[in-house]
Amino acid sequence: MDEFDRHLLNRLQHGLPLVRDPWGALAEELDCSAERIRQRLQELLDDGTLTRFGPMFDIEQLGGAFTLAAMTVPEQRFAEVTELLNNIPAVAHNYRREHAFNMWFVLACPSPEGIQHSIAEIEALTGLSVLNLPKEKTYHVGLHFPL
Amino acid sequence: MNSALSIAQQQQLRRMLENGLALTSRPYQVFAEQINSTEQAVIEHVQGLEEQGFFRRFGIVVKHRALGINANVMLVMDIEDERVHQVGEALGEAPGVNLCYRRPRRPDWPYNLFCMVHGRDRQAVEAHVIELLQQHNLQQRPHHLLFSTRAFKQRGGRYNQTGTI
Repeated sequence: MDEFDRHLLNRLQHGLPLVRDPWGALAEELDCSAERIRQRLQELLDDGTLTRFGPMFDIEQLGGAFTLAAMTVPEQRFAEVTELLNNIPAVAHNYRREHAFNMWFVLACPSPEGIQHSIAEIEALTGLSVLNLPKEKTYHVGLHFPL
Repeated sequence: MNSALSIAQQQQLRRMLENGLALTSRPYQVFAEQINSTEQAVIEHVQGLEEQGFFRRFGIVVKHRALGINANVMLVMDIEDERVHQVGEALGEAPGVNLCYRRPRRPDWPYNLFCMVHGRDRQAVEAHVIELLQQHNLQQRPHHLLFSTRAFKQRGGRYNQTGTI
Protein backbone atom coordinates (compact mmCIF):
# COMPACT_ATOMS: atom_id res chain seq x y z
CA MET A 1 0.00 0.00 0.00
CA ASP A 2 1.54 3.30 -1.05
CA GLU A 3 0.79 6.94 -0.31
CA PHE A 4 -1.83 7.11 -3.07
CA ASP A 5 -3.68 4.09 -1.67
CA ARG A 6 -3.69 5.57 1.79
CA HIS A 7 -5.11 8.88 0.57
CA LEU A 8 -7.71 7.13 -1.51
CA LEU A 9 -8.90 4.71 1.17
CA ASN A 10 -8.90 7.30 3.95
CA ARG A 11 -10.95 9.59 1.76
CA LEU A 12 -13.39 6.86 0.75
CA GLN A 13 -13.98 5.84 4.34
CA HIS A 14 -15.53 9.27 4.83
CA GLY A 15 -18.05 8.52 2.14
CA LEU A 16 -18.57 8.63 -1.57
CA PRO A 17 -19.84 11.86 -3.16
CA LEU A 18 -23.45 11.31 -4.22
CA VAL A 19 -23.14 12.79 -7.71
CA ARG A 20 -23.43 11.55 -11.30
CA ASP A 21 -19.74 10.84 -11.63
CA PRO A 22 -18.45 10.04 -8.12
CA TRP A 23 -15.06 8.81 -9.33
CA GLY A 24 -14.53 12.00 -11.33
CA ALA A 25 -15.41 14.09 -8.27
CA LEU A 26 -12.89 12.13 -6.21
CA ALA A 27 -10.26 12.52 -8.91
CA GLU A 28 -10.57 16.28 -8.68
CA GLU A 29 -10.24 16.16 -4.91
CA LEU A 30 -7.24 13.88 -4.98
CA ASP A 31 -5.68 15.56 -8.00
CA CYS A 32 -5.33 12.48 -10.16
CA SER A 33 -7.28 10.86 -12.99
CA ALA A 34 -10.60 9.09 -12.49
CA GLU A 35 -9.16 6.29 -14.58
CA ARG A 36 -6.37 5.74 -12.06
CA ILE A 37 -8.85 5.66 -9.17
CA ARG A 38 -11.09 3.14 -10.88
CA GLN A 39 -8.20 0.93 -11.90
CA ARG A 40 -6.71 0.90 -8.39
CA LEU A 41 -10.08 0.26 -6.76
CA GLN A 42 -10.68 -2.65 -9.12
CA GLU A 43 -7.33 -4.14 -8.04
CA LEU A 44 -8.21 -3.68 -4.36
CA LEU A 45 -11.56 -5.37 -4.95
CA ASP A 46 -9.90 -8.21 -6.82
CA ASP A 47 -7.35 -8.88 -4.08
CA GLY A 48 -10.02 -8.76 -1.35
CA THR A 49 -8.88 -5.61 0.48
CA LEU A 50 -12.23 -4.00 -0.27
CA THR A 51 -15.58 -5.69 -0.57
CA ARG A 52 -17.78 -3.08 -2.22
CA PHE A 53 -18.66 0.60 -2.62
CA GLY A 54 -22.02 1.98 -1.82
CA PRO A 55 -24.48 2.34 0.98
CA MET A 56 -24.79 0.19 4.06
CA PHE A 57 -28.45 0.28 4.96
CA ASP A 58 -29.39 0.98 8.55
CA ILE A 59 -31.44 -2.09 9.38
CA GLU A 60 -33.24 -0.37 12.25
CA GLN A 61 -34.44 2.44 10.00
CA LEU A 62 -36.00 -0.24 7.83
CA GLY A 63 -37.90 -1.75 10.74
CA GLY A 64 -35.31 -4.39 11.51
CA ALA A 65 -33.46 -5.01 14.74
CA PHE A 66 -29.98 -5.81 16.03
CA THR A 67 -28.66 -7.08 19.27
CA LEU A 68 -25.32 -8.06 20.75
CA ALA A 69 -25.40 -11.41 22.48
CA ALA A 70 -22.94 -13.68 24.24
CA MET A 71 -22.65 -17.20 25.56
CA THR A 72 -20.33 -19.14 27.82
CA VAL A 73 -19.38 -22.09 25.67
CA PRO A 74 -17.47 -25.01 27.22
CA GLU A 75 -14.10 -25.37 25.49
CA GLN A 76 -14.77 -28.89 24.24
CA ARG A 77 -17.98 -27.71 22.56
CA PHE A 78 -16.61 -24.54 21.03
CA ALA A 79 -16.24 -25.79 17.44
CA GLU A 80 -19.61 -27.51 17.46
CA VAL A 81 -21.45 -24.44 18.79
CA THR A 82 -19.63 -22.15 16.35
CA GLU A 83 -20.88 -24.30 13.50
CA LEU A 84 -24.44 -24.27 14.83
CA LEU A 85 -24.47 -20.48 15.12
CA ASN A 86 -22.87 -19.81 11.78
CA ASN A 87 -25.65 -21.71 10.07
CA ILE A 88 -28.28 -19.39 11.52
CA PRO A 89 -28.95 -16.56 9.04
CA ALA A 90 -29.67 -14.02 11.80
CA VAL A 91 -26.09 -14.35 13.10
CA ALA A 92 -24.23 -11.51 11.38
CA HIS A 93 -20.93 -11.58 13.25
CA ASN A 94 -19.45 -14.07 15.61
CA TYR A 95 -16.26 -13.51 17.56
CA ARG A 96 -14.37 -15.46 20.13
CA ARG A 97 -13.35 -13.15 22.98
CA GLU A 98 -11.23 -13.58 26.08
CA HIS A 99 -13.77 -13.74 28.89
CA ALA A 100 -15.96 -16.30 30.67
CA PHE A 101 -18.49 -15.18 28.05
CA ASN A 102 -16.29 -16.43 25.25
CA MET A 103 -18.60 -16.30 22.22
CA TRP A 104 -19.96 -12.91 21.13
CA PHE A 105 -22.30 -12.50 18.22
CA VAL A 106 -24.53 -9.94 16.59
CA LEU A 107 -28.05 -10.91 15.61
CA ALA A 108 -29.70 -8.96 12.80
CA CYS A 109 -33.36 -9.63 12.07
CA PRO A 110 -36.07 -8.04 9.94
CA SER A 111 -38.16 -7.36 13.06
CA PRO A 112 -37.66 -7.03 16.83
CA GLU A 113 -39.68 -10.24 17.36
CA GLY A 114 -37.13 -12.00 15.18
CA ILE A 115 -34.46 -11.34 17.80
CA GLN A 116 -36.43 -13.10 20.54
CA HIS A 117 -37.15 -15.96 18.18
CA SER A 118 -33.47 -16.34 17.22
CA ILE A 119 -32.36 -16.30 20.85
CA ALA A 120 -34.87 -19.01 21.72
CA GLU A 121 -33.71 -21.00 18.71
CA ILE A 122 -30.05 -20.71 19.73
CA GLU A 123 -30.79 -21.68 23.33
CA ALA A 124 -32.77 -24.71 22.17
CA LEU A 125 -30.11 -25.79 19.67
CA THR A 126 -27.16 -25.41 22.02
CA GLY A 127 -28.67 -25.98 25.46
CA LEU A 128 -26.74 -22.86 26.57
CA SER A 129 -28.21 -19.62 27.83
CA VAL A 130 -27.80 -16.44 25.81
CA LEU A 131 -26.87 -13.08 27.34
CA ASN A 132 -28.90 -10.53 25.37
CA LEU A 133 -27.50 -6.98 25.41
CA PRO A 134 -29.56 -4.80 23.06
CA LYS A 135 -28.24 -1.29 22.71
CA GLU A 136 -30.02 1.38 24.68
CA LYS A 137 -28.19 4.33 23.23
CA THR A 138 -25.71 4.90 20.42
CA TYR A 139 -22.98 7.42 21.11
CA HIS A 140 -20.96 6.83 18.00
CA VAL A 141 -20.92 4.62 14.95
CA GLY A 142 -18.21 5.40 12.51
CA LEU A 143 -16.01 2.50 11.64
CA HIS A 144 -13.04 4.36 10.30
CA PHE A 145 -9.51 3.09 10.13
CA PRO A 146 -6.87 5.75 9.53
CA LEU A 147 -4.25 4.16 7.26
CA MET B 1 -41.40 8.64 0.45
CA ASN B 2 -42.06 10.60 -2.72
CA SER B 3 -40.16 9.13 -5.57
CA ALA B 4 -40.35 9.05 -9.33
CA LEU B 5 -39.70 5.32 -9.06
CA SER B 6 -42.36 2.66 -8.72
CA ILE B 7 -42.28 0.36 -5.73
CA ALA B 8 -40.90 -2.47 -7.85
CA GLN B 9 -38.17 -0.17 -9.18
CA GLN B 10 -37.31 0.97 -5.65
CA GLN B 11 -36.94 -2.61 -4.48
CA GLN B 12 -34.78 -3.56 -7.41
CA LEU B 13 -32.62 -0.48 -6.94
CA ARG B 14 -32.18 -1.28 -3.27
CA ARG B 15 -30.94 -4.78 -4.05
CA MET B 16 -28.48 -3.39 -6.58
CA LEU B 17 -27.26 -0.71 -4.15
CA GLU B 18 -26.51 -3.40 -1.59
CA ASN B 19 -24.19 -5.03 -4.07
CA GLY B 20 -22.38 -1.76 -4.58
CA LEU B 21 -21.71 0.79 -7.29
CA ALA B 22 -20.11 -0.14 -10.58
CA LEU B 23 -16.62 1.16 -11.24
CA THR B 24 -17.75 3.10 -14.28
CA SER B 25 -17.87 6.85 -14.72
CA ARG B 26 -21.69 6.93 -14.41
CA PRO B 27 -22.67 4.21 -11.94
CA TYR B 28 -26.20 5.57 -11.41
CA GLN B 29 -26.78 5.46 -15.15
CA VAL B 30 -26.02 1.72 -14.99
CA PHE B 31 -28.70 1.29 -12.30
CA ALA B 32 -31.15 3.45 -14.26
CA GLU B 33 -30.79 1.25 -17.34
CA GLN B 34 -31.44 -1.88 -15.28
CA ILE B 35 -34.70 -0.53 -13.91
CA ASN B 36 -35.82 1.42 -16.98
CA SER B 37 -35.56 4.77 -15.32
CA THR B 38 -33.37 7.83 -15.59
CA GLU B 39 -30.07 8.61 -13.95
CA GLN B 40 -31.60 11.71 -12.39
CA ALA B 41 -34.49 9.79 -10.82
CA VAL B 42 -32.08 7.21 -9.40
CA ILE B 43 -29.78 9.85 -7.89
CA GLU B 44 -32.72 11.70 -6.39
CA HIS B 45 -34.07 8.51 -4.86
CA VAL B 46 -30.69 7.62 -3.35
CA GLN B 47 -30.32 11.18 -2.01
CA GLY B 48 -33.77 10.86 -0.44
CA LEU B 49 -32.76 7.64 1.27
CA GLU B 50 -29.62 9.26 2.59
CA GLU B 51 -31.42 12.35 3.87
CA GLN B 52 -33.90 10.18 5.71
CA GLY B 53 -31.15 8.28 7.48
CA PHE B 54 -31.59 4.96 5.74
CA PHE B 55 -27.84 4.52 5.34
CA ARG B 56 -25.45 3.93 8.18
CA ARG B 57 -22.79 5.05 5.78
CA PHE B 58 -22.15 5.45 2.10
CA GLY B 59 -18.63 4.68 1.11
CA ILE B 60 -16.31 1.75 0.99
CA VAL B 61 -16.51 -1.46 2.91
CA VAL B 62 -12.97 -2.48 3.85
CA LYS B 63 -11.82 -5.82 5.08
CA HIS B 64 -9.88 -4.40 7.96
CA ARG B 65 -7.76 -7.49 8.46
CA ALA B 66 -6.56 -7.12 4.87
CA LEU B 67 -5.44 -3.58 5.75
CA GLY B 68 -3.26 -4.71 8.63
CA ILE B 69 -5.82 -3.86 11.34
CA ASN B 70 -5.33 -7.09 13.23
CA ALA B 71 -6.50 -6.37 16.72
CA ASN B 72 -9.83 -5.30 18.10
CA VAL B 73 -10.99 -4.98 21.64
CA MET B 74 -14.38 -4.49 23.19
CA LEU B 75 -13.85 -2.24 26.18
CA VAL B 76 -16.68 -2.64 28.65
CA MET B 77 -17.19 -0.39 31.67
CA ASP B 78 -19.57 0.02 34.55
CA ILE B 79 -20.35 3.74 34.66
CA GLU B 80 -22.74 5.29 37.16
CA ASP B 81 -26.19 5.78 35.62
CA GLU B 82 -26.13 9.52 36.31
CA ARG B 83 -23.05 10.07 34.19
CA VAL B 84 -23.06 7.26 31.65
CA HIS B 85 -24.56 9.58 29.02
CA GLN B 86 -21.85 12.18 29.47
CA VAL B 87 -19.06 9.58 29.46
CA GLY B 88 -20.58 7.88 26.41
CA GLU B 89 -20.67 11.14 24.48
CA ALA B 90 -17.06 11.91 25.40
CA LEU B 91 -15.74 8.45 24.52
CA GLY B 92 -17.82 8.35 21.33
CA GLU B 93 -15.87 11.34 20.10
CA ALA B 94 -12.47 10.12 21.23
CA PRO B 95 -9.99 9.16 18.50
CA GLY B 96 -9.76 5.44 17.86
CA VAL B 97 -13.20 4.64 19.27
CA ASN B 98 -15.15 3.22 16.34
CA LEU B 99 -18.37 2.27 18.07
CA CYS B 100 -19.77 3.29 21.44
CA TYR B 101 -23.04 2.02 22.89
CA ARG B 102 -24.89 1.92 26.21
CA ARG B 103 -26.35 -1.51 26.93
CA PRO B 104 -28.18 -2.98 29.93
CA ARG B 105 -26.47 -4.55 32.93
CA ARG B 106 -27.61 -8.09 33.75
CA PRO B 107 -27.38 -10.19 36.94
CA ASP B 108 -24.26 -11.89 35.55
CA TRP B 109 -23.04 -8.90 33.53
CA PRO B 110 -22.12 -5.70 35.40
CA TYR B 111 -21.09 -3.41 32.51
CA ASN B 112 -23.23 -0.78 30.80
CA LEU B 113 -20.93 1.07 28.37
CA PHE B 114 -19.25 -0.60 25.39
CA CYS B 115 -16.57 0.78 23.07
CA MET B 116 -14.88 -0.92 20.13
CA VAL B 117 -11.26 0.01 19.52
CA HIS B 118 -9.29 -1.31 16.54
CA GLY B 119 -5.58 -1.16 15.84
CA ARG B 120 -2.61 -2.77 14.19
CA ASP B 121 -1.78 -5.08 17.05
CA ARG B 122 -2.79 -5.97 20.55
CA GLN B 123 -0.11 -3.88 22.29
CA ALA B 124 -1.11 -0.75 20.38
CA VAL B 125 -4.78 -1.25 21.16
CA GLU B 126 -4.13 -1.95 24.83
CA ALA B 127 -1.94 1.15 25.18
CA HIS B 128 -4.58 3.25 23.48
CA VAL B 129 -7.33 2.00 25.79
CA ILE B 130 -5.23 2.72 28.90
CA GLU B 131 -4.65 6.24 27.60
CA LEU B 132 -8.37 6.71 26.94
CA LEU B 133 -9.27 5.58 30.45
CA GLN B 134 -6.72 7.95 31.95
CA GLN B 135 -7.80 10.92 29.84
CA HIS B 136 -11.40 10.45 30.89
CA ASN B 137 -10.54 9.66 34.47
CA LEU B 138 -12.12 6.22 34.32
CA GLN B 139 -9.27 3.97 35.54
CA GLN B 140 -11.04 3.46 38.87
CA ARG B 141 -14.31 2.38 37.33
CA PRO B 142 -14.83 -1.38 36.91
CA HIS B 143 -13.87 -2.24 33.35
CA HIS B 144 -12.66 -5.12 31.26
CA LEU B 145 -10.93 -5.51 27.90
CA LEU B 146 -12.33 -8.30 25.77
CA PHE B 147 -9.88 -8.97 22.95
CA SER B 148 -11.16 -10.96 20.05
CA THR B 149 -9.01 -13.92 19.20
CA ARG B 150 -10.90 -15.15 16.16
CA ALA B 151 -13.67 -14.01 13.86
CA PHE B 152 -15.86 -16.87 12.75
CA LYS B 153 -18.36 -14.98 10.69
CA GLN B 154 -18.46 -11.48 9.31
CA ARG B 155 -21.00 -10.11 6.94
CA GLY B 156 -22.31 -6.66 6.36
CA GLY B 157 -25.78 -5.68 7.45
CA ARG B 158 -27.68 -6.59 4.32
CA TYR B 159 -31.35 -6.05 3.99
CA ASN B 160 -32.99 -8.51 1.67
CA GLN B 161 -36.54 -8.44 2.87
CA THR B 162 -39.29 -7.29 0.61
CA GLY B 163 -41.02 -4.09 1.53
CA THR B 164 -40.69 -0.48 0.61
CA ILE B 165 -38.48 2.21 1.92
